Amino acid sequence: MEQGHVNLTIDGKEILAKDGQTIVQAARDNGIFVPTLCDFRSLNPAGTCRICTVKVAGRFVPSCTTPVSYGMVVENETAELTDLRRALIEMLFVEGNHMCPSCEKSGNCELQALAHRYRIVVPRFPFLFPVQKVEARLQHLFIEHKRCIQCLRCVRGVKAKDGHDIFGFIRRGSDVRIALDVNDPDAVSEETAKKAMEICPVGALIQKRVGFKVPIGQRKFDRKPEGSPS
Amino acid sequence: MMHILNRNHLLDPNEIRGEIRVIVEKYHSDRTQLLAILRECQERWRHLPALMITIIADEMDLPRVHVDGVATFYHFLSRAHRGNYTVYVNRSATAEMAGAAAIMKAFEKEVGVPFGQTTADQQIGLRTTSCIGMCDQEPAVLINEVVFTRMTPARVKKLVKAMRADVPIHEMLGKLGEGRNGSRAIHSEVVNNIRHKGPVFFTEYFPGSALKQAMEVGSLDVIEQIKASGLRGRGGAGFPTGQKWGFCRAAEADTRYVMCNADEGEPGTFKDRVLLTEMPELIFEGMAVAGYAIEAKEGILYLRGEYAYLKEHLEHVLTQMRSRHLLGRRILGTRFSFDIQIKMGAGAYICGEESALIESAEGKRGQPRNRPPFPVTSGYLRRPTIVNNVETFGCAAKIVLNGAEWFRKMGTSASAGVKLLSIAGDCAKPGIYEIEWGKSVREVLELCGAENVLAVQVGGPSGQCISEREFDRKLCFSDLGTGGAFTVFSKKRDILSIVHNFMEFFKDESCGFCVPCRAGNTLLLKALEKIMVGNGTHADIEGIKSLGQMVKTASRCGLGQTSPHPLLTSIQNFFEVYRDKVRNDVDYLSQFDLRFAVIDSCVAANRKPNLELEGRDERDVKEVSDGTGSC
Ligand SMILES: Cc1cc2nc3c(=O)[nH]c(=O)nc-3n(C[C@H](O)[C@H](O)[C@H](O)COP(=O)(O)O)c2cc1C
Ligand code: SF4
Ligand code: FES
Repeated sequence: MEQGHVNLTIDGKEILAKDGQTIVQAARDNGIFVPTLCDFRSLNPAGTCRICTVKVAGRFVPSCTTPVSYGMVVENETAELTDLRRALIEMLFVEGNHMCPSCEKSGNCELQALAHRYRIVVPRFPFLFPVQKVEARLQHLFIEHKRCIQCLRCVRGVKAKDGHDIFGFIRRGSDVRIALDVNDPDAVSEETAKKAMEICPVGALIQKRVGFKVPIGQRKFDRKPEGSPS
Repeated sequence: MMHILNRNHLLDPNEIRGEIRVIVEKYHSDRTQLLAILRECQERWRHLPALMITIIADEMDLPRVHVDGVATFYHFLSRAHRGNYTVYVNRSATAEMAGAAAIMKAFEKEVGVPFGQTTADQQIGLRTTSCIGMCDQEPAVLINEVVFTRMTPARVKKLVKAMRADVPIHEMLGKLGEGRNGSRAIHSEVVNNIRHKGPVFFTEYFPGSALKQAMEVGSLDVIEQIKASGLRGRGGAGFPTGQKWGFCRAAEADTRYVMCNADEGEPGTFKDRVLLTEMPELIFEGMAVAGYAIEAKEGILYLRGEYAYLKEHLEHVLTQMRSRHLLGRRILGTRFSFDIQIKMGAGAYICGEESALIESAEGKRGQPRNRPPFPVTSGYLRRPTIVNNVETFGCAAKIVLNGAEWFRKMGTSASAGVKLLSIAGDCAKPGIYEIEWGKSVREVLELCGAENVLAVQVGGPSGQCISEREFDRKLCFSDLGTGGAFTVFSKKRDILSIVHNFMEFFKDESCGFCVPCRAGNTLLLKALEKIMVGNGTHADIEGIKSLGQMVKTASRCGLGQTSPHPLLTSIQNFFEVYRDKVRNDVDYLSQFDLRFAVIDSCVAANRKPNLELEGRDERDVKEVSDGTGSC
């Protein structure tokens, strides 16, 4: 075994991972697809969405926050996990209000892409029909709370120039919301709006005046559906 | 210029800023004290409006969204004015059984506003809250941190009159409780109801004796002794205590922390309240022993906001212990120094979860952390930390004093020692019972004088709902483990309403961070309601089982991992109740219910529906009762 590396198996396939990596990172490096939503590049993992849940030694763990260890046996694409992941995606659909055909993020939306991958037609749960206002008063950004999945990617990834937080998480339980400090000049800049839209997996943060530049049909997941081999 | 209304005076922001600055300075602008600062502001101004959040953020040099996140997380903090007197009526299952609904009705009638609102003159606010730890003396209410127990509608009338006349809250108290409840520092009408004493708690004990003993054997041997005693955590999960202390001590660090979990939020549990009332010296000494064992210098008692009435008493005991050199610098003349501070919660069950407790003690939102790392390696301020239940520290002190063998001999082989039970509900003698592990449910029911029993909720809502068929099962970690709640339901109770109460509790108390718990518990509650109003089918029962399992497996912390238990265990043990309630003639019915849809659209149109409204809380209809038309 190489120094600083550990062996593990995912669905029976032996892989080599770097010590200290999470299961999801190790899987990605080895070309194995594990679905994720709240995990984003180099941001500290949050573990809100649970879609990356895998089974290790009979226990369910989120692969984005769980470090690899030597000899770990990971189950990823099993019927049980697929059903769980599908259910979690369905929960997000019924909890919010996701009208894909009229959403600017369609084709670039990670939630929609996962729904496609898991062939979700109708969610098994009843819709909860949340009543939430659109925040449209900012010059450069729409906040569509009813599309927000509380992944906290904006909270973790979009900061002011000096690094302080401008997005936050408020309230609790089924009332949780993201909030933007509208008194903060850094929070309302065009640059922040652009970054926010990039980092948001769904259509909750939409930069104003750039809509539909790329036509639907030619967008990220139109060209390369989620989970297709790299 | 912006103004905040307070006691009918207009205060300008500069004045508020001045006062806030004083509060912030009192806490040395310490960020870990943010929750304490917000609690003080709430107490002073009765609400935390947006402007105040901005000022606090400014004064503490914190991002505004951070302060707002904390201020909106806790139930006892609020953006809207909660009234100069804020009434919180407990809505736990035992409170409902004791007549909380009638108490609420009386309050609404006397005060003139519905629950959830505050009078126009901002004198009285009416709110409900989750279990306040008074299950053996319900109906109970909290008014400005003071507990009123065994309420009656007649008493409501008197209290409201006093509140209108600005009578100081303590002058409204009735007969004071027994023991230290009647002391100057507590001065409360809460009673202890200690029904069954045993060898460990509520017996003679000399403060300092355990510490002396610990120092004689040495810190490593203390840990070995705790291991040998077989002590397992009394907060519910039952993790071996000695092992936890050992892990913590083995973690490299410049400093370590001892935290005592006095959040006691599990509905039906109240034994930590009685321990802190009568035996705080033993608990604090247990913490000091732990501090000695793991080489920590600081301890924190995290006390739930509902028990604020005990704070002065506990501070008083700490001061006494310091003056007797049982805490503070150079304890008992040795080189060991250890002190304890008290941090207050503000109404959030999730803060009993150990990593949420740590976050909250750091002044943040009470959101659990991802694991690993575990608190024993990275806890309070990212230092190795042990978190233990109040009762666990009490046991530990006694073990050090009397030896591991003494403790081990009690209980069963896998569950050593005794357990404090909080018994409430339909029984003749509700209260605190110290029993050895291994007693059967039936034996306990006999002890507390319960007859005609339909079900027992063991371990609170997150535990198990068991039926008569299982009353020979034993209370111990290998069978029915429990944090101590033991709630009895007689045959006149309706299982589904109890389950509904528990599921509402979990939905309200979920931190909302992870999807399965946040959305899953809402959906489980909805599915149960569908069955309760008579629109359920067998497919819905199967749906609950499958969703419940998913919520358990995919949730991030113990709350979501156990919240489906009321449904899952009652479906298992009271299947006939569900079977009789669902429609057997159809395979599927949609969630859509025309009657409710009519009500909802009438609300939108400001009209009064003219429907029979079975199965729906009359509160829902009240919203439209001012409506002019009819549909
Ligand atoms: C939602 C939730 C609430 C909890 N509430 C409490 C509590 O109020 N008191 C407590 O001691 N433990 C509580 N626990 C358990 C703690 O996380 C932790 O296991 C315990 O404090 C450890 O102490 P012990 O080993 O002495 O029991 C709770 C756990 C969860 C998941
Ligand atoms: S299980 Fe519930 S309480 Fe725990 S982290 Fe998830 S949402 Fe929060
Ligand atoms: S990607 Fe792992 S929990 Fe969201």
